Amino acid sequence: MKRIKPYLYGLIILLAGTALAWAEDTVPTVMSNKEAIDLVQTHANYVWTLVAAALVFFMQAGFAMVETGLTRAKNAINILMKNLMDFSVGSIAFWAVGFGIMFGATSTGWFGTNGFFLSDFTPDGDPWVLAFWMFQVVFAATAATIVSGAMAERTKFVSYLIYSAIVSAVIYPIFGSWAWGSLFHGNGWLEGLGFIDFAGSTVVHSVGGWAALAGAIVLGPRIGKYGPDGKPRAIMGHNMPLAALGVFILWLGWFGFNPGSTTTADKSIAMIFVNTNLAAAAGACTALITSWIKFGKPEVGMSLNGALAGLVAITAGCANVSPASSIVIGAVAGILVVLSVLFFDKIKIDDPVGAVSVHGVNGAWGTLAAGLFNIGGTTGKIILVQLTGIGACFVWTFVIAFIMFKIIAATIGLRVSAEEEIEGLDITEHGGEAYPDFGRSTHTGGMAISSGAAMSEARMAVGSAALSSK
Amino acid sequence: MKKIEAIIKPFRLDEVKDALNKMGISGMTISEVKGFGRQRGHKEIYRGTEYQVDFVPKIKIDLVVSSEMADKVVAAIAENANTNKVGDGKIFVMPMEHAVRIRTGESGPDAI
Repeated sequence: MKRIKPYLYGLIILLAGTALAWAEDTVPTVMSNKEAIDLVQTHANYVWTLVAAALVFFMQAGFAMVETGLTRAKNAINILMKNLMDFSVGSIAFWAVGFGIMFGATSTGWFGTNGFFLSDFTPDGDPWVLAFWMFQVVFAATAATIVSGAMAERTKFVSYLIYSAIVSAVIYPIFGSWAWGSLFHGNGWLEGLGFIDFAGSTVVHSVGGWAALAGAIVLGPRIGKYGPDGKPRAIMGHNMPLAALGVFILWLGWFGFNPGSTTTADKSIAMIFVNTNLAAAAGACTALITSWIKFGKPEVGMSLNGALAGLVAITAGCANVSPASSIVIGAVAGILVVLSVLFFDKIKIDDPVGAVSVHGVNGAWGTLAAGLFNIGGTTGKIILVQLTGIGACFVWTFVIAFIMFKIIAATIGLRVSAEEEIEGLDITEHGGEAYPDFGRSTHTGGMAISSGAAMSEARMAVGSAALSSK
Repeated sequence: MKKIEAIIKPFRLDEVKDALNKMGISGMTISEVKGFGRQRGHKEIYRGTEYQVDFVPKIKIDLVVSSEMADKVVAAIAENANTNKVGDGKIFVMPMEHAVRIRTGESGPDAI
């Protein structure tokens, strides 16, 4: 014991000294407390933004189900492939080029010029750029995937892949930079005017909707969509449960789309959640009533589209309108979408899922509504700026997309051949069948728009006329 | 032997099948078909576009029976498939030339 005592004393002194030295580091100060609290808020921002990004990602499943349900079984694989790949190709294109164009530093206010290949990220730097990029890429993918519905059942798969790359790299980001550039390093001319589009009624949905319109026009209608008398015929979707599931998934995802656009975990997300839900509900209700009055029965396709229209319409103003206003905005959207679907059918633009009506038309309405129903009151200037943005988006997106689709059509071709369209894209483009266990049956719509049976001469003639713009 | 083809309303299938079983009929084949006679279809609506559905779902029963049983079978089917409404269906009887049981190779009336 005697020999150990000095070592014991030494050990105690060593430990006491160490404890004393550490004690100075753990005494909290006002500054260190503030920093710690700020850090918690920062962490919360990350969590909320990325959870919201995951919800918006899941909207891809929603789009896939809506489009699959509203189109024929013989094209189901093709729809799914388009949805899978416009997200995958789009993600890479947005990483490489799109993000830089949309959010890079700009000297002109018209597009960004740095930040390509996510160059803003350095391993020891601030990872916020990654969270922000993740949130933005799922938005870009939403705009891109809107188009696949309007171009369904007759588009060449490889041409669609090319479109996906171009829209995610160029078309979407350039307009996006005008409205949202300053969310990162950019600075757009449109936002400089005071343009309100909180979560993207115009930036995302109208861009998608007008590109979809361009695609549908360049493609032409599906074979059999219009009878010899020019009247539209019903080409029924093969699975309404999937269509409805898709809408529910989109509604859920929108709870990330709108409130997530704060990219901040704070109390403002509560009103945005409520506005989002009320607009969707109101849209479904008025679409229901409108279709009930017009057609004599409450119809499921229109009602589903009504909910989506309400969601699109509230997206611009979800943070600056009241819940009561959201109901009005959604209600108008529900009526608009029904009338719009009938309108486009009448002018012979075949949109199998109503993408142009849901996203293009109601994206514009929602953007205008964000000005009209602004909580702080509306002015002529506010409305003028909103209209400017709506118009600029249409001119930019529709014209560029139209030219792009025309070039694709003239080079590698945009539309499949009549034989391929009649056989079904699952077999001709992808070599498979979505439902191999089920027998191939014909629709029993008034005129059988058959899935593979021999077509009469007359119907082939109608189809060929529609293909003349190949 | 006779071949009997009966086109009936789908929800009458169980009654017809039970009646045939009671008579000692040992087998039948059914298929899901669509058709119309005097029963017209109806109008449906899809995303704002009206269309006429002319073909109505039916069940087709295929039976091969001995010639002596044919009349009784036809009567049994008619009685059990009848709902006194348009669209109840039709029964056709035609001569059957030959039949073979695959497992045993029996042929003719022994095969049914």
